[in-house]
Amino acid sequence: MAIQFTFTDQNDTRSGFGAGLLELGKSNPNVVALCADLTGSLKMDAFEAAFPERFFQTGIAEANMIGLAAGMTIGGKIPFTGTFANFSTGRVYDQIRQSVAYSDKNVKICASHAGLTLGEDGATHQILEDIGLMKMLPNMVVINPCDYNQTKAATIAIAKHHGPVYLRFGRPKVPNFTPADQAFEIGKAVKLKDGKDVSIFATGHLVWKALKAAEQLHEMGIDAEIINIHTIKPLDEAAVLASVAKTGCVVTAEEHQRNGGLGDSIAQLLARTTPRPMEFVAVNDSFGESGTPEELLVKYKLDTPDIVQAAKAVLARR
Amino acid sequence: MASIHDLQRIATQVRRDILRQVHAVNSGHPGGSLGCTEFLTALYFHQMRFSAAPFEMDGVNQDVFFLSNGHISPVFYSVLARSGHFPIAELATFRKINTRLQGHPTTHEGLPGVRIASGSLGQGLSVALGAALSKKLNNDTHLVYSLHGDGELQEGQIWEAAMYAAANKVDNIISTVDVNGQQIDGSTEKVLSLGNLRAKFEAFGWMVFEMNGNAMEEVIAGLENAAAHTGKGKPIVILMKTEMGMGVDFMMGTHKWHGVAPNDEQLSKALAQLPETIGDY
Repeated sequence: MAIQFTFTDQNDTRSGFGAGLLELGKSNPNVVALCADLTGSLKMDAFEAAFPERFFQTGIAEANMIGLAAGMTIGGKIPFTGTFANFSTGRVYDQIRQSVAYSDKNVKICASHAGLTLGEDGATHQILEDIGLMKMLPNMVVINPCDYNQTKAATIAIAKHHGPVYLRFGRPKVPNFTPADQAFEIGKAVKLKDGKDVSIFATGHLVWKALKAAEQLHEMGIDAEIINIHTIKPLDEAAVLASVAKTGCVVTAEEHQRNGGLGDSIAQLLARTTPRPMEFVAVNDSFGESGTPEELLVKYKLDTPDIVQAAKAVLARR
Repeated sequence: MASIHDLQRIATQVRRDILRQVHAVNSGHPGGSLGCTEFLTALYFHQMRFSAAPFEMDGVNQDVFFLSNGHISPVFYSVLARSGHFPIAELATFRKINTRLQGHPTTHEGLPGVRIASGSLGQGLSVALGAALSKKLNNDTHLVYSLHGDGELQEGQIWEAAMYAAANKVDNIISTVDVNGQQIDGSTEKVLSLGNLRAKFEAFGWMVFEMNGNAMEEVIAGLENAAAHTGKGKPIVILMKTEMGMGVDFMMGTHKWHGVAPNDEQLSKALAQLPETIGDY
């Protein structure tokens, strides 16, 4: 019998962030928001309108924004910074390293337009290295939710976690398929489909692609287990190991460089414990380019057929 | 309240602490530390209102200070210890393995008195401004102080922060720039001229004061004057002229002692010029 995953609507993950931030503004008076001239793009305008005294427009000066946020924690504020993922990480790496991570400041670095799927703006804006940059920093939590509902839940959840967090989301409207009322637990993987033949660990926009791949694999008689790794760091090692113990082979899928991404974290875990055949659906040491999100996912081999192909390949190596 | 005479005696002891800390580990930055001794002594023993113990990170209803030029940690540590933040004897652990007194200040080891890591230059003004905004949100009328090197002003983030502060009328901050005209590779004039700092800060919308940072009376008057001008819609910067290596004749007037420790003989010569006042650690 065929399996089919469904979604309720299509929405952008950044709007999930904006909705979550607005809720936080209502429930927690210590939450403040800072934005470097991308309020509309980050969907922070509702928060700005509702809480103007707690919204800080920094202009196009991201380094200062990160420093301001670090300073605002002194006095008990919980700052959420917002700009594109490229300007949230690479541009301000040393500021995050020294003033936030090393200083253990309770700053939430919220980053939209991550990966290839920002589309037409091209490679200058399509950061594919941000997960790696952020996960290398001691003390940093790295989260990449998969849809609108999960991004909203994650935004609300990270305010309760004391310490620096990198929250990564994106620009395009994508299927919204996780429950609206989900409890988001940092560091807890979510199994979306049981399977016995191959473990597919996906993050961000590629979680939906992995589910679609599972449908096709099912048609081919391959029973894939699909696990949503929304928290790349700390990695849910127990969930990964339990799944791999059952299936014996692994595919990872992410909108990021292979170097430094989710796949790299899982490979490290398995190499230390139980090495198994593994395939990586990720960008392989290249920059992106202009195009529609869907065209780019096809060209850079991050689409459903690529996950299917990787699953077949890794099964053959098992 | 400490008299000028008392403050000078503390400053002399702080200078001894600086020299003995860097000598013990043959590393660290004595030059800028010696130059900023009057300033930090005046700040912690006269100007600021704070609780050293228990130290509270949030510093609500206290004045708070941020050291942006973190390499002058020896003077910062000495003043923090002697103002009661941690045991004076702990100065002996400066830069040694397992110490809370890291080469550059950090919150990571939980040293009371430190609220942010600094060392990579140019970041402290933004952080201080953030703390000042937090105070405004908390209706806390106490002030935020920060100290910066003049060479540090070559970092672009300083000017991002300077623009932000004036545009947003952050008027509960007093930033001080240690204008000693020296940096690692030579004079600031030779390495990368800072131009007219007063004109630059005024053009950015700041209220600018100047003072001699090595005359205790002037530092006290300068800090009091600056504090009296807070709350008027403008951020305040004090351009503080100092002499790198102040207090030790052979360390003055050169950038050579920016990041070099004295040897045994140099230490005795230096300490002979700074007789013990309130007790060595």
